[in-house]
Amino acid sequence: MRSAFVRSLMALAEEDRRVCLVTGDLGFGVVEPFAAKFPSQFVNAGVAEQNMTGIAAGMALCGKVVFTYSIANFPTLRCLEQIRNDACYHNADVKIVSVGGGLAYGALGASHHATEDIAVMRALPGMTVVAPGDPIEAETATRALVARAGPAYLRLGRSGEPLVHSDYVDFQIGKAVRVTDGDDVTLIATGTMLHATTQAAARLAREGIAARVLSMHTIKPLDVEAVFEAARETRAIITIEEHSVIGGLGSSVAEVLAESADCHVRFKRMGLPSAFTAIGSREFLTKSYSLSVEGIVESAMQILELAPSCA
Amino acid sequence: MQSNKHLPADTHMPETRSGTPDLAGYARTIRIATARMIHRAKSSHIGSCFSMIDLLAVLYGRILRIDALRPAWPERDRFILSKGHACAALYAVLAEEGFFPKSWLDTFYQDGSALGGHAMHSVPGVEVSTGSLGHGLSLGCGMALTGRREARPFRVFVLLSDGECDEGSVWEAVLFAGHHQLENLVAIVDYNKIQSLGAVGHVLDLHPFAEKWSACRWAVREIDGHNPDEIECVLRQVPFEANRPSCIVAHTVKGKGVSFMENELLWHYRSPSDEEFQAAFAELSSAS
Ligand SMILES: [Mg+2]
Repeated sequence: MRSAFVRSLMALAEEDRRVCLVTGDLGFGVVEPFAAKFPSQFVNAGVAEQNMTGIAAGMALCGKVVFTYSIANFPTLRCLEQIRNDACYHNADVKIVSVGGGLAYGALGASHHATEDIAVMRALPGMTVVAPGDPIEAETATRALVARAGPAYLRLGRSGEPLVHSDYVDFQIGKAVRVTDGDDVTLIATGTMLHATTQAAARLAREGIAARVLSMHTIKPLDVEAVFEAARETRAIITIEEHSVIGGLGSSVAEVLAESADCHVRFKRMGLPSAFTAIGSREFLTKSYSLSVEGIVESAMQILELAPSCA
Repeated sequence: MQSNKHLPADTHMPETRSGTPDLAGYARTIRIATARMIHRAKSSHIGSCFSMIDLLAVLYGRILRIDALRPAWPERDRFILSKGHACAALYAVLAEEGFFPKSWLDTFYQDGSALGGHAMHSVPGVEVSTGSLGHGLSLGCGMALTGRREARPFRVFVLLSDGECDEGSVWEAVLFAGHHQLENLVAIVDYNKIQSLGAVGHVLDLHPFAEKWSACRWAVREIDGHNPDEIECVLRQVPFEANRPSCIVAHTVKGKGVSFMENELLWHYRSPSDEEFQAAFAELSSAS
């Protein structure tokens, strides 16, 4: 995903000289081509995320569209107040990019597990929060964020994520992508959980269960209409995210459902417990928290057994 | 005093402001307006305001290339009040300069007012919102870097407090500006030697202070932050050296101008009573 992002950013930087990249001294093997080609649109702020974010806001207030770049929690939690006061309060064109959202750096330990970032970013006024589901979404999301003025958070996986979409996706910020259709259960995935979710839907299909898969790449603003449709048209909703179950996609969907007048749909959040996560590869960790194809299939079967058939 | 209202919209500003003839009188006017605002509002930080008002008076009276009729003029000099808690004085100056009606000052700190207790960018003439310490210099670095890369004429002035320099983010920005040779960036530190809970030397000593900035490749000057001629003289010399950002360590007195407030930590917090306001007003009015 990170190479899709940088590829997209380089194309954008060529077309639009306002587009800048400010890194917190990370992105080895990724940011160098950008730096070489666009030296006057690139800054390495050093290992100093607060300053990185303040600089980005200052540049944005002079007319630039500035992407800050780092990994895990460094570009978000480390400099949260700069994001809030300098970027969001001024509605500055600062786009925060984190590589390794979730458990991509699983073996590096809890310091490198970005598992509350969506919750925190989502709470900030004016912030757009996007977690693309595959490299194609990452590429199109980058472009869409440049076109949308104001602060945003772009949560990326790391590298080697499989494609979910074939070659094109109608990507609009705030609009879920319906990857498969079905009326038994809706699986709403965000970010790096999209691929496992589509595989789970394929397996459910073999069991005769029609699952609707939504790629909810934008967590804020949430596609409320897609949630309501799922509640009306399918028997159950499961949210799936590589993030704490507190404050992320599951919470966002739950808030919408809880306030809706006619919501009787069964609902489950799949995600990480509010606890410091164990050590291991992303594959190992997601599996141990049931964020696997098997885990999603099992949750879908369970919730449908409980769910009444539509009259 | 009005700012260059005769200028048509597309001409450049003069090299420097012709300025107000009487800087001491201007500073006195701002001190009285600030005292009136803070007294009426029963708000804090009068000492923090008074220690930097002579700096503000010279900046706005003589140095900054700005236009009250075009607060968003792209090539304006940027002034960032990083010690945003001293915004009452900034608001008083901006009203005096014609950025907004002076009547707004009467609403300072009141319910629903445009003028809150920390600097807010929604106020005409206020460049950025501040209030949490340690943000302004990074914002200034981003602006200065952009200005230099685009060969734009504007300069960036950031006014910090001494207590603010406890923040690690300040030193991230100090390193950055020195490394990137941001010649169009000027940091002014209101070095009044008092911070929130006591003397800077006791809480977290900054000494040797000027040396810290020069070690990070800034060109530094130390001045009496209450001597208008000295302030103007040094501000007209920026940048002090080629390829270096400029730092002015302004030695100041917290509460300057009102004898019973000077060097008293209490006036970081206390709002003057009616009697104290009258006494302050009398002292400020009689000062020559
Ligand atoms: Mg102080």
